[in-house]
Amino acid sequence: MAEPALSIRGLTKVYGNGFEALKGIDLDVPQGDFFALLGPNGAGKSTTLGIVCSLVQKTAGQVSIFGIDIDKDFAKAKYALGVVPQEFNFSQFEKVEDIVLTQAGYYGMPLKEAKPRCERLLKDLGLWDKRNGAARMLSGGMKRRLMIARALIHRPRLLILDEPTAGVDIELRRSMWEYMRRINEEEGTSIILTTHYLEEAESLCRNIAIINHGEIIKNTSMRGLLTELDTETFLLDLAEPLETTPVIEGFEIERVDSHQVALSVRKGTNLNDAFQQLTEQGVRVLSMRNRANRLEELFVSMTSQPETSKGIDSESAQSTQAKETAS
Amino acid sequence: MNTRQLLISLWTMVVKEVRRFVRIWPQTLVPPSITMTMYFIIFGNLIGSRVGEMHGISYMSYIVPGLIMMSVITNSYSNVASSFFSNKFQRSVEEMMVSPMPNWVILAGFVIGGAARGLGVGLIVTIVSFFFTDLNLHHPLVTLAVVIMTAMLFSIGGFINALLAKKFDDISIIPIFVLTPLTYLGGVFYSIDLLPQFWQNVTMINPILYMVNAFRYGILGISDIPVGGALIAIAAFIVVLWSLALWMLNRGKGIRS
Repeated sequence: MAEPALSIRGLTKVYGNGFEALKGIDLDVPQGDFFALLGPNGAGKSTTLGIVCSLVQKTAGQVSIFGIDIDKDFAKAKYALGVVPQEFNFSQFEKVEDIVLTQAGYYGMPLKEAKPRCERLLKDLGLWDKRNGAARMLSGGMKRRLMIARALIHRPRLLILDEPTAGVDIELRRSMWEYMRRINEEEGTSIILTTHYLEEAESLCRNIAIINHGEIIKNTSMRGLLTELDTETFLLDLAEPLETTPVIEGFEIERVDSHQVALSVRKGTNLNDAFQQLTEQGVRVLSMRNRANRLEELFVSMTSQPETSKGIDSESAQSTQAKETAS
Repeated sequence: MNTRQLLISLWTMVVKEVRRFVRIWPQTLVPPSITMTMYFIIFGNLIGSRVGEMHGISYMSYIVPGLIMMSVITNSYSNVASSFFSNKFQRSVEEMMVSPMPNWVILAGFVIGGAARGLGVGLIVTIVSFFFTDLNLHHPLVTLAVVIMTAMLFSIGGFINALLAKKFDDISIIPIFVLTPLTYLGGVFYSIDLLPQFWQNVTMINPILYMVNAFRYGILGISDIPVGGALIAIAAFIVVLWSLALWMLNRGKGIRS
Protein backbone atom coordinates (compact mmCIF):
# COMPACT_ATOMS: atom_id res chain seq x y z
CA MET A 1 0.00 0.00 0.00
CA ALA A 2 1.30 3.47 -0.91
CA GLU A 3 2.58 5.57 1.96
CA PRO A 4 0.14 8.35 2.91
CA ALA A 5 0.99 11.79 1.59
CA LEU A 6 0.86 12.94 5.19
CA SER A 7 0.83 10.83 8.32
CA ILE A 8 0.57 12.35 11.79
CA ARG A 9 0.77 10.38 15.02
CA GLY A 10 0.31 11.72 18.53
CA LEU A 11 1.10 15.28 17.49
CA THR A 12 1.20 17.59 20.48
CA LYS A 13 1.99 21.26 20.73
CA VAL A 14 2.20 23.21 23.94
CA TYR A 15 3.13 26.86 23.49
CA GLY A 16 5.42 28.72 25.87
CA ASN A 17 2.47 30.23 27.72
CA GLY A 18 1.21 26.73 28.55
CA PHE A 19 -1.58 26.71 25.95
CA GLU A 20 -2.06 23.19 24.59
CA ALA A 21 -2.85 23.81 20.92
CA LEU A 22 -2.71 20.15 19.85
CA LYS A 23 -3.57 17.25 22.14
CA GLY A 24 -1.93 14.27 20.47
CA ILE A 25 -3.73 14.17 17.14
CA ASP A 26 -3.57 11.34 14.58
CA LEU A 27 -4.25 12.01 10.92
CA ASP A 28 -3.66 10.33 7.56
CA VAL A 29 -3.99 11.99 4.18
CA PRO A 30 -3.85 9.40 1.38
CA GLN A 31 -1.79 10.04 -1.75
CA GLY A 32 -3.72 11.88 -4.46
CA ASP A 33 -6.41 12.99 -2.01
CA PHE A 34 -8.10 16.37 -1.87
CA PHE A 35 -8.43 16.63 1.88
CA ALA A 36 -10.22 19.24 3.98
CA LEU A 37 -8.92 20.15 7.42
CA LEU A 38 -11.61 22.24 9.00
CA GLY A 39 -12.10 23.82 12.36
CA PRO A 40 -13.06 27.08 14.01
CA ASN A 41 -10.46 29.79 14.56
CA GLY A 42 -7.89 28.72 17.13
CA ALA A 43 -8.84 25.03 16.83
CA GLY A 44 -5.30 23.95 15.87
CA LYS A 45 -5.38 23.84 12.05
CA SER A 46 -2.62 26.34 11.45
CA THR A 47 -0.51 24.88 14.24
CA THR A 48 -0.80 21.44 12.65
CA LEU A 49 0.12 22.73 9.21
CA GLY A 50 2.84 24.96 10.68
CA ILE A 51 4.51 21.90 12.21
CA VAL A 52 4.27 20.01 8.90
CA CYS A 53 5.92 22.98 7.12
CA SER A 54 8.59 23.50 9.83
CA LEU A 55 7.27 26.91 10.83
CA VAL A 56 6.21 25.67 14.26
CA GLN A 57 8.19 23.37 16.55
CA LYS A 58 6.26 20.37 17.77
CA THR A 59 6.26 19.35 21.41
CA ALA A 60 5.78 15.63 20.73
CA GLY A 61 4.59 13.22 18.09
CA GLN A 62 5.58 12.05 14.66
CA VAL A 63 5.01 13.56 11.21
CA SER A 64 5.83 11.76 7.96
CA ILE A 65 5.50 13.14 4.45
CA PHE A 66 5.28 10.35 1.87
CA GLY A 67 6.84 8.06 4.46
CA ILE A 68 9.74 10.40 5.26
CA ASP A 69 9.91 11.17 8.97
CA ILE A 70 10.51 14.93 9.33
CA ASP A 71 12.70 14.28 12.37
CA LYS A 72 15.00 12.08 10.29
CA ASP A 73 15.22 13.89 6.93
CA PHE A 74 13.19 17.07 6.89
CA ALA A 75 15.08 18.43 3.87
CA LYS A 76 14.00 15.44 1.75
CA ALA A 77 10.44 15.70 3.01
CA LYS A 78 10.34 19.39 2.16
CA TYR A 79 10.99 18.65 -1.51
CA ALA A 80 7.59 16.95 -1.59
CA LEU A 81 5.84 19.87 0.07
CA GLY A 82 4.38 23.10 -1.32
CA VAL A 83 2.80 25.63 1.01
CA VAL A 84 0.29 28.41 0.42
CA PRO A 85 -0.09 30.10 3.80
CA GLN A 86 -2.97 32.09 5.16
CA GLU A 87 -1.05 35.38 5.38
CA PHE A 88 0.89 36.97 2.54
CA ASN A 89 4.49 36.01 3.20
CA PHE A 90 6.57 37.37 0.36
CA SER A 91 8.58 40.53 0.04
CA GLN A 92 6.15 43.18 -1.15
CA PHE A 93 8.96 45.00 -2.91
CA GLU A 94 10.20 42.12 -5.07
CA LYS A 95 9.03 41.60 -8.62
CA VAL A 96 6.43 38.88 -9.15
CA GLU A 97 8.67 36.76 -11.36
CA ASP A 98 11.64 37.15 -8.99
CA ILE A 99 9.57 35.86 -6.07
CA VAL A 100 8.75 32.64 -7.90
CA LEU A 101 12.25 32.17 -9.36
CA THR A 102 13.89 32.84 -6.00
CA GLN A 103 11.76 30.12 -4.44
CA ALA A 104 12.89 27.74 -7.19
CA GLY A 105 16.47 28.63 -6.33
CA TYR A 106 15.88 27.78 -2.67
CA TYR A 107 15.04 24.26 -3.85
CA GLY A 108 18.24 24.11 -5.88
CA MET A 109 16.36 24.27 -9.18
CA PRO A 110 18.54 25.62 -12.03
CA LEU A 111 17.30 28.85 -13.63
CA LYS A 112 17.16 27.13 -17.04
CA GLU A 113 14.55 24.73 -15.66
CA ALA A 114 12.80 27.23 -13.39
CA LYS A 115 12.16 29.96 -15.98
CA PRO A 116 9.84 28.00 -18.32
CA ARG A 117 8.07 26.43 -15.32
CA CYS A 118 7.57 29.89 -13.81
CA GLU A 119 6.24 31.23 -17.12
CA ARG A 120 3.72 28.39 -17.36
CA LEU A 121 2.51 28.84 -13.79
CA LEU A 122 2.19 32.61 -14.07
CA LYS A 123 0.28 32.23 -17.34
CA ASP A 124 -2.00 29.54 -15.89
CA LEU A 125 -2.74 31.76 -12.91
CA GLY A 126 -3.24 34.94 -14.92
CA LEU A 127 -0.19 36.74 -13.58
CA TRP A 128 2.12 36.73 -16.60
CA ASP A 129 1.30 40.34 -17.51
CA LYS A 130 2.23 41.39 -13.97
CA ARG A 131 5.54 39.52 -13.84
CA ASN A 132 7.71 42.64 -13.87
CA GLY A 133 5.66 44.58 -11.34
CA ALA A 134 6.33 44.74 -7.60
CA ALA A 135 4.21 42.29 -5.61
CA ARG A 136 2.73 45.10 -3.52
CA MET A 137 0.96 46.41 -6.65
CA LEU A 138 -1.09 43.22 -7.00
CA SER A 139 -4.69 42.91 -5.85
CA GLY A 140 -5.48 40.56 -2.95
CA GLY A 141 -6.62 37.79 -5.28
CA MET A 142 -3.50 38.13 -7.40
CA LYS A 143 -1.30 37.91 -4.32
CA ARG A 144 -3.00 34.64 -3.38
CA ARG A 145 -2.42 33.29 -6.87
CA LEU A 146 1.20 34.40 -6.69
CA MET A 147 1.61 32.29 -3.55
CA ILE A 148 0.08 29.32 -5.37
CA ALA A 149 2.54 29.76 -8.28
CA ARG A 150 5.41 30.02 -5.81
CA ALA A 151 4.30 26.90 -3.94
CA LEU A 152 4.08 24.86 -7.16
CA ILE A 153 7.36 25.92 -8.76
CA HIS A 154 9.30 22.88 -7.52
CA ARG A 155 6.53 20.40 -8.45
CA PRO A 156 5.50 19.36 -4.93
CA ARG A 157 3.57 16.13 -4.49
CA LEU A 158 1.69 17.51 -1.50
CA LEU A 159 0.24 21.00 -1.58
CA ILE A 160 -0.99 22.68 1.58
CA LEU A 161 -3.54 25.42 0.99
CA ASP A 162 -4.28 27.38 4.14
CA GLU A 163 -7.38 29.43 3.33
CA PRO A 164 -6.27 30.12 -0.24
CA THR A 165 -9.46 31.93 -1.26
CA ALA A 166 -9.90 34.18 1.77
CA GLY A 167 -11.02 37.60 0.61
CA VAL A 168 -11.24 36.52 -3.02
CA ASP A 169 -14.37 37.41 -5.03
CA ILE A 170 -16.69 34.60 -6.06
CA GLU A 171 -15.74 34.55 -9.74
CA LEU A 172 -12.03 34.32 -9.01
CA ARG A 173 -12.68 31.82 -6.24
CA ARG A 174 -14.40 29.50 -8.67
CA SER A 175 -11.58 29.80 -11.19
CA MET A 176 -9.13 28.96 -8.40
CA TRP A 177 -11.24 25.91 -7.52
CA GLU A 178 -11.00 24.76 -11.11
CA TYR A 179 -7.24 25.20 -11.05
CA MET A 180 -6.85 23.28 -7.78
CA ARG A 181 -9.11 20.53 -9.02
CA ARG A 182 -7.03 20.29 -12.19
CA ILE A 183 -3.67 19.94 -10.44
CA ASN A 184 -5.21 17.34 -8.12
CA GLU A 185 -6.84 15.27 -10.85
CA GLU A 186 -4.44 15.72 -13.78
CA GLU A 187 -1.11 16.01 -12.01
CA GLY A 188 -1.96 13.79 -9.05
CA THR A 189 -0.92 16.40 -6.50
CA SER A 190 -2.28 15.59 -3.06
CA ILE A 191 -3.92 18.66 -1.54
CA ILE A 192 -4.76 19.60 2.02
CA LEU A 193 -7.17 22.51 2.21
CA THR A 194 -8.23 24.59 5.15
CA THR A 195 -11.02 27.05 4.53
CA HIS A 196 -13.85 28.86 6.20
CA TYR A 197 -15.91 28.58 3.00
CA LEU A 198 -17.51 25.23 3.69
CA GLU A 199 -19.09 25.18 0.25
CA GLU A 200 -15.52 25.16 -1.06
CA ALA A 201 -14.57 22.14 1.04
CA GLU A 202 -17.76 20.31 0.11
CA SER A 203 -17.24 20.98 -3.56
CA LEU A 204 -13.55 20.09 -3.76
CA CYS A 205 -12.63 17.59 -1.07
CA ARG A 206 -13.07 13.83 -0.93
CA ASN A 207 -12.04 13.36 2.69
CA ILE A 208 -12.34 15.59 5.69
CA ALA A 209 -11.09 16.02 9.22
CA ILE A 210 -12.60 18.43 11.69
CA ILE A 211 -10.40 19.72 14.47
CA ASN A 212 -11.65 21.48 17.56
CA HIS A 213 -9.89 22.46 20.79
CA GLY A 214 -6.72 20.70 19.55
CA GLU A 215 -8.43 17.36 18.90
CA ILE A 216 -9.64 15.66 15.75
CA ILE A 217 -13.37 15.26 16.33
CA LYS A 218 -14.21 13.82 12.93
CA ASN A 219 -12.11 12.13 10.26
CA THR A 220 -14.05 10.53 7.45
CA SER A 221 -15.04 10.82 3.79
CA MET A 222 -16.97 13.90 2.71
CA ARG A 223 -19.79 11.72 1.37
CA GLY A 224 -19.92 9.75 4.62
CA LEU A 225 -20.05 12.89 6.67
CA LEU A 226 -22.83 14.45 4.66
CA THR A 227 -24.99 11.34 5.13
CA GLU A 228 -24.85 12.07 8.86
CA LEU A 229 -26.90 15.18 8.30
CA ASP A 230 -30.26 14.31 9.88
CA THR A 231 -32.21 17.34 8.86
CA GLU A 232 -31.96 19.77 5.96
CA THR A 233 -33.74 23.09 5.97
CA PHE A 234 -35.08 24.58 2.75
CA LEU A 235 -36.34 28.10 2.19
CA LEU A 236 -39.46 28.18 0.01
CA ASP A 237 -40.36 31.38 -1.88
CA LEU A 238 -44.12 31.72 -2.18
CA ALA A 239 -46.26 33.23 -4.95
CA GLU A 240 -48.85 34.78 -2.63
CA PRO A 241 -48.38 36.33 0.83
CA LEU A 242 -49.23 34.17 3.86
CA GLU A 243 -51.08 35.44 6.88
CA THR A 244 -50.61 32.28 8.97
CA THR A 245 -48.11 29.46 8.89
CA PRO A 246 -49.47 26.37 7.06
CA VAL A 247 -49.48 23.10 8.96
CA ILE A 248 -47.90 20.16 7.11
CA GLU A 249 -48.08 16.73 8.62
CA GLY A 250 -44.69 15.04 9.07
CA PHE A 251 -42.66 18.24 8.56
CA GLU A 252 -41.61 21.22 10.60
CA ILE A 253 -42.47 24.49 8.95
CA GLU A 254 -41.75 28.01 10.11
CA ARG A 255 -42.86 31.34 8.63
CA VAL A 256 -39.86 33.56 7.76
CA ASP A 257 -41.91 36.44 6.31
CA SER A 258 -45.10 36.86 4.33
CA HIS A 259 -43.51 35.41 1.15
CA GLN A 260 -41.15 32.82 2.62
CA VAL A 261 -41.30 29.73 4.85
CA ALA A 262 -38.54 27.47 6.15
CA LEU A 263 -39.21 23.75 5.72
CA SER A 264 -37.19 21.23 7.77
CA VAL A 265 -36.91 17.83 6.13
CA ARG A 266 -35.63 14.81 8.00
CA LYS A 267 -33.32 12.36 6.22
CA GLY A 268 -35.30 9.83 4.13
CA THR A 269 -38.50 11.85 4.09
CA ASN A 270 -40.37 12.10 0.80
CA LEU A 271 -40.35 15.76 -0.16
CA ASN A 272 -43.29 15.26 -2.55
CA ASP A 273 -45.58 14.86 0.49
CA ALA A 274 -44.77 18.36 1.62
CA PHE A 275 -45.48 19.88 -1.78
CA GLN A 276 -48.71 17.92 -2.09
CA GLN A 277 -49.95 19.22 1.27
CA LEU A 278 -48.92 22.77 0.42
CA THR A 279 -50.75 22.56 -2.91
CA GLU A 280 -53.88 21.26 -1.15
CA GLN A 281 -53.75 24.32 1.12
CA GLY A 282 -53.46 26.62 -1.89
CA VAL A 283 -49.84 27.56 -1.26
CA ARG A 284 -47.88 27.97 -4.50
CA VAL A 285 -44.09 27.58 -4.26
CA LEU A 286 -42.06 29.57 -6.79
CA SER A 287 -38.57 28.42 -5.83
CA MET A 288 -36.60 26.70 -3.07
CA ARG A 289 -33.00 26.62 -1.82
CA ASN A 290 -30.98 25.28 1.11
CA ARG A 291 -31.01 27.61 4.09
CA ALA A 292 -27.32 26.79 4.72
CA ASN A 293 -24.66 24.69 3.08
CA ARG A 294 -25.06 21.07 4.21
CA LEU A 295 -21.51 20.83 5.49
CA GLU A 296 -21.96 24.10 7.31
CA GLU A 297 -24.94 22.71 9.22
CA LEU A 298 -22.90 19.70 10.33
CA PHE A 299 -19.83 21.77 11.10
CA VAL A 300 -21.73 24.18 13.31
CA SER A 301 -23.47 21.37 15.17
CA MET A 302 -20.16 19.57 15.80
CA THR A 303 -17.95 22.47 16.76
CA SER A 304 -20.49 24.25 18.92
CA GLN A 305 -20.52 21.34 21.39
CA PRO A 306 -18.51 22.39 24.45
CA GLU A 307 -17.19 18.91 25.15
CA THR A 308 -15.66 17.15 22.19
CA SER A 309 -16.30 13.49 21.73
CA LYS A 310 -13.33 11.66 20.34
CA GLY A 311 -14.99 10.99 17.04
CA ILE A 312 -12.57 9.30 14.66
CA ASP A 313 -15.05 7.01 12.97
CA SER A 314 -14.61 3.30 13.00
CA GLU A 315 -13.56 3.08 9.35
CA SER A 316 -10.79 5.59 9.85
CA ALA A 317 -9.69 4.11 13.15
CA GLN A 318 -9.42 0.67 11.57
CA SER A 319 -7.30 1.95 8.71
CA THR A 320 -5.04 3.74 11.17
CA GLN A 321 -4.63 0.58 13.19
CA ALA A 322 -3.86 -1.42 10.04
CA LYS A 323 -1.11 0.98 9.03
CA GLU A 324 0.44 0.98 12.47
CA THR A 325 0.49 -2.80 12.47
CA ALA A 326 2.00 -2.88 9.01
CA SER A 327 4.78 -0.53 9.99
CA MET B 1 20.53 18.61 -1.25
CA ASN B 2 23.46 17.69 -3.44
CA THR B 3 26.42 20.03 -3.95
CA ARG B 4 24.99 21.59 -7.10
CA GLN B 5 21.64 22.28 -5.43
CA LEU B 6 23.43 23.78 -2.43
CA LEU B 7 25.41 26.10 -4.69
CA ILE B 8 22.28 27.14 -6.58
CA SER B 9 20.45 27.89 -3.33
CA LEU B 10 23.41 29.87 -1.95
CA TRP B 11 23.73 31.81 -5.20
CA THR B 12 19.99 32.54 -5.08
CA MET B 13 20.30 33.89 -1.54
CA VAL B 14 23.25 36.12 -2.48
CA VAL B 15 21.57 37.44 -5.64
CA LYS B 16 18.41 38.21 -3.66
CA GLU B 17 20.37 40.10 -1.01
CA VAL B 18 22.46 42.07 -3.51
CA ARG B 19 19.37 42.86 -5.58
CA ARG B 20 17.73 44.28 -2.45
CA PHE B 21 20.41 46.82 -1.59
CA VAL B 22 21.00 47.75 -5.23
CA ARG B 23 17.25 48.30 -5.74
CA ILE B 24 17.21 50.82 -2.89
CA TRP B 25 20.61 52.38 -3.71
CA PRO B 26 19.54 55.91 -2.69
CA GLN B 27 19.10 54.53 0.85
CA THR B 28 21.99 52.09 0.93
CA LEU B 29 24.85 53.28 -1.25
CA VAL B 30 24.53 57.06 -1.56
CA PRO B 31 24.14 58.27 2.07
CA PRO B 32 27.35 56.66 3.41
CA SER B 33 29.29 58.11 0.49
CA ILE B 34 27.98 61.59 1.24
CA THR B 35 28.64 61.23 4.98
CA MET B 36 32.21 60.09 4.37
CA THR B 37 32.80 62.93 1.90
CA MET B 38 31.79 65.32 4.67
CA TYR B 39 34.30 63.67 7.02
CA PHE B 40 37.02 64.05 4.38
CA ILE B 41 36.21 67.72 3.84
CA ILE B 42 35.73 68.72 7.47
CA PHE B 43 38.10 66.49 9.45
CA GLY B 44 40.62 65.78 6.73
CA ASN B 45 40.84 69.02 4.79
CA LEU B 46 39.75 71.81 7.13
CA ILE B 47 40.69 70.56 10.61
CA GLY B 48 43.32 68.07 9.42
CA SER B 49 45.49 70.83 7.96
CA ARG B 50 45.77 72.30 11.49
CA VAL B 51 46.44 68.89 13.09
CA GLY B 52 49.52 68.23 11.00
CA GLU B 53 50.99 64.74 10.74
CA MET B 54 50.30 61.57 12.68
CA HIS B 55 53.01 58.90 12.74
CA GLY B 56 54.70 60.91 9.98
CA ILE B 57 51.65 60.75 7.72
CA SER B 58 49.27 63.59 6.80
CA TYR B 59 46.16 63.59 8.94
CA MET B 60 43.95 63.20 5.87
CA SER B 61 45.77 60.04 4.78
CA TYR B 62 45.78 58.79 8.38
CA ILE B 63 42.00 58.88 8.77
CA VAL B 64 41.14 57.43 5.34
CA PRO B 65 41.58 53.73 6.31
CA GLY B 66 39.57 54.29 9.48
CA LEU B 67 36.74 55.95 7.59
CA ILE B 68 36.67 53.20 4.97
CA MET B 69 36.55 50.62 7.76
CA MET B 70 33.83 52.57 9.55
CA SER B 71 31.64 52.46 6.44
CA VAL B 72 32.32 48.76 5.94
CA ILE B 73 31.37 47.98 9.55
CA THR B 74 28.18 50.02 9.72
CA ASN B 75 26.93 49.00 6.28
CA SER B 76 27.62 45.28 6.66
CA TYR B 77 25.89 45.27 10.01
CA SER B 78 22.89 47.37 9.10
CA ASN B 79 22.35 45.58 5.78
CA VAL B 80 21.88 42.17 7.35
CA ALA B 81 20.06 43.49 10.41
CA SER B 82 17.60 45.38 8.27
CA SER B 83 17.22 42.78 5.52
CA PHE B 84 16.71 39.80 7.83
CA PHE B 85 14.38 41.71 10.12
CA SER B 86 12.34 42.82 7.08
CA ASN B 87 12.13 39.17 6.08
CA LYS B 88 10.84 38.37 9.55
CA PHE B 89 8.45 41.31 9.55
CA GLN B 90 7.01 40.50 6.10
CA ARG B 91 7.14 36.79 6.97
CA SER B 92 9.10 36.09 3.79
CA VAL B 93 11.59 34.29 6.03
CA GLU B 94 9.02 31.47 5.81
CA GLU B 95 9.93 31.07 2.12
CA MET B 96 13.37 29.95 3.27
CA MET B 97 12.16 27.94 6.24
CA VAL B 98 9.79 25.74 4.22
CA SER B 99 12.49 25.04 1.63
CA PRO B 100 15.07 22.25 2.01
CA MET B 101 17.91 24.79 2.22
CA PRO B 102 20.14 24.06 5.22
CA ASN B 103 20.38 26.82 7.80
CA TRP B 104 24.05 27.39 7.11
CA VAL B 105 23.19 28.33 3.52
CA ILE B 106 20.60 30.84 4.76
CA LEU B 107 23.16 32.33 7.15
CA ALA B 108 25.91 32.36 4.50
CA GLY B 109 23.58 34.02 2.00
CA PHE B 110 22.80 36.88 4.37
CA VAL B 111 26.43 37.23 5.46
CA ILE B 112 27.76 37.34 1.89
CA GLY B 113 25.01 39.80 0.93
CA GLY B 114 25.84 42.04 3.90
CA ALA B 115 29.57 41.81 3.23
CA ALA B 116 28.91 42.70 -0.41
CA ARG B 117 27.19 45.92 0.62
CA GLY B 118 29.87 46.74 3.19
CA LEU B 119 32.63 46.17 0.66
CA GLY B 120 30.69 48.01 -2.06
CA VAL B 121 30.28 51.08 0.13
CA GLY B 122 33.91 50.71 1.24
CA LEU B 123 34.96 50.79 -2.41
CA ILE B 124 32.86 53.91 -3.09
CA VAL B 125 34.40 55.65 -0.06
CA THR B 126 37.87 54.61 -1.26
CA ILE B 127 37.18 56.13 -4.68
CA VAL B 128 35.91 59.33 -3.04
CA SER B 129 39.06 59.49 -0.92
CA PHE B 130 41.17 59.67 -4.10
CA PHE B 131 39.81 63.19 -4.56
CA PHE B 132 41.40 64.21 -1.27
CA THR B 133 44.59 62.20 -0.94
CA ASP B 134 46.85 59.61 -2.57
CA LEU B 135 46.70 56.05 -1.25
CA ASN B 136 49.31 53.39 -1.84
CA LEU B 137 48.62 49.87 -0.68
CA HIS B 138 51.35 48.84 1.68
CA HIS B 139 50.18 45.23 2.14
CA PRO B 140 47.39 44.38 -0.34
CA LEU B 141 46.80 40.92 1.11
CA VAL B 142 46.51 42.17 4.68
CA THR B 143 44.21 44.96 3.50
CA LEU B 144 41.93 42.55 1.65
CA ALA B 145 41.94 39.95 4.42
CA VAL B 146 41.07 42.49 7.11
CA VAL B 147 38.33 44.25 5.17
CA ILE B 148 36.65 41.02 4.03
CA MET B 149 36.83 39.40 7.46
CA THR B 150 35.52 42.55 9.14
CA ALA B 151 32.62 42.78 6.69
CA MET B 152 31.78 39.14 7.39
CA LEU B 153 32.06 39.55 11.14
CA PHE B 154 29.68 42.49 11.31
CA SER B 155 27.28 40.87 8.88
CA ILE B 156 27.01 37.95 11.29
CA GLY B 157 26.52 40.44 14.13
CA GLY B 158 23.68 42.09 12.21
CA PHE B 159 22.10 38.68 11.63
CA ILE B 160 22.11 37.82 15.35
CA ASN B 161 20.65 41.24 16.14
CA ALA B 162 17.84 40.72 13.63
CA LEU B 163 17.11 37.21 14.92
CA LEU B 164 16.61 38.56 18.42
CA ALA B 165 14.80 41.75 17.36
CA LYS B 166 11.06 41.94 17.94
CA LYS B 167 10.49 45.42 16.51
CA PHE B 168 12.30 47.79 14.15
CA ASP B 169 13.69 49.80 17.09
CA ASP B 170 15.60 46.72 18.22
CA ILE B 171 17.79 46.72 15.12
CA SER B 172 18.92 50.30 15.65
CA ILE B 173 19.85 50.02 19.34
CA ILE B 174 23.14 48.15 18.81
CA PRO B 175 24.36 50.35 15.92
CA ILE B 176 23.57 53.56 17.82
CA PHE B 177 24.59 52.65 21.34
CA VAL B 178 27.35 50.10 20.74
CA LEU B 179 28.80 50.21 17.23
CA THR B 180 29.03 53.96 16.78
CA PRO B 181 30.84 54.67 20.10
CA LEU B 182 33.18 51.70 19.62
CA THR B 183 33.99 52.83 16.08
CA TYR B 184 34.65 56.45 17.05
CA LEU B 185 36.77 55.29 19.99
CA GLY B 186 38.49 52.63 17.90
CA GLY B 187 41.25 54.86 16.57
CA VAL B 188 39.52 56.03 13.40
CA PHE B 189 40.49 59.67 13.96
CA TYR B 190 43.52 59.36 16.23
CA SER B 191 46.39 57.17 17.31
CA ILE B 192 45.95 55.64 20.74
CA ASP B 193 49.42 56.95 21.57
CA LEU B 194 47.68 60.29 22.13
CA LEU B 195 45.69 58.84 25.01
CA PRO B 196 46.85 58.62 28.64
CA GLN B 197 48.08 55.14 29.58
CA PHE B 198 44.86 54.26 31.44
CA TRP B 199 42.64 55.04 28.44
CA GLN B 200 45.08 53.26 26.14
CA ASN B 201 44.57 50.14 28.24
CA VAL B 202 40.80 50.58 28.16
CA THR B 203 40.86 51.07 24.40
CA MET B 204 42.70 47.77 23.97
CA ILE B 205 39.50 45.88 24.80
CA ASN B 206 37.70 47.53 21.90
CA PRO B 207 37.67 44.97 19.04
CA ILE B 208 37.16 47.65 16.40
CA LEU B 209 40.55 49.13 17.31
CA TYR B 210 42.20 45.96 15.99
CA MET B 211 40.27 46.03 12.73
CA VAL B 212 40.91 49.71 12.05
CA ASN B 213 44.60 49.41 12.86
CA ALA B 214 45.13 46.20 10.91
CA PHE B 215 43.44 47.83 7.93
CA ARG B 216 45.51 50.99 8.36
CA TYR B 217 48.60 48.81 8.44
CA GLY B 218 47.58 47.22 5.13
CA ILE B 219 47.22 50.61 3.48
CA LEU B 220 49.75 52.87 5.24
CA GLY B 221 52.08 50.37 6.91
CA ILE B 222 51.51 51.81 10.41
CA SER B 223 49.56 50.35 13.32
CA ASP B 224 49.08 50.84 17.05
CA ILE B 225 48.74 47.09 17.62
CA PRO B 226 50.37 43.85 16.37
CA VAL B 227 48.69 42.99 13.05
CA GLY B 228 49.08 39.20 13.27
CA GLY B 229 47.25 39.12 16.59
CA ALA B 230 44.51 41.32 15.15
CA LEU B 231 43.92 38.95 12.24
CA ILE B 232 43.73 35.96 14.57
CA ALA B 233 41.35 37.83 16.88
CA ILE B 234 39.02 38.76 13.99
CA ALA B 235 39.04 35.16 12.71
CA ALA B 236 38.25 33.89 16.22
CA PHE B 237 35.35 36.34 16.55
CA ILE B 238 33.99 35.15 13.20
CA VAL B 239 34.08 31.50 14.31
CA VAL B 240 32.39 32.26 17.63
CA LEU B 241 29.64 34.50 16.20
CA TRP B 242 29.02 32.20 13.22
CA SER B 243 28.57 29.24 15.57
CA LEU B 244 26.25 31.26 17.79
CA ALA B 245 24.15 32.49 14.85
CA LEU B 246 23.85 29.00 13.40
CA TRP B 247 22.92 27.53 16.76
CA MET B 248 20.21 30.16 17.19
CA LEU B 249 18.92 29.53 13.68
CA ASN B 250 18.83 25.77 14.25
CA ARG B 251 16.89 26.34 17.46
CA GLY B 252 14.48 28.60 15.57
CA LYS B 253 15.19 31.52 17.92
CA GLY B 254 13.03 34.47 16.96
CA ILE B 255 11.53 32.78 13.92
CA ARG B 256 9.74 29.61 15.08
CA SER B 257 7.00 29.43 17.68
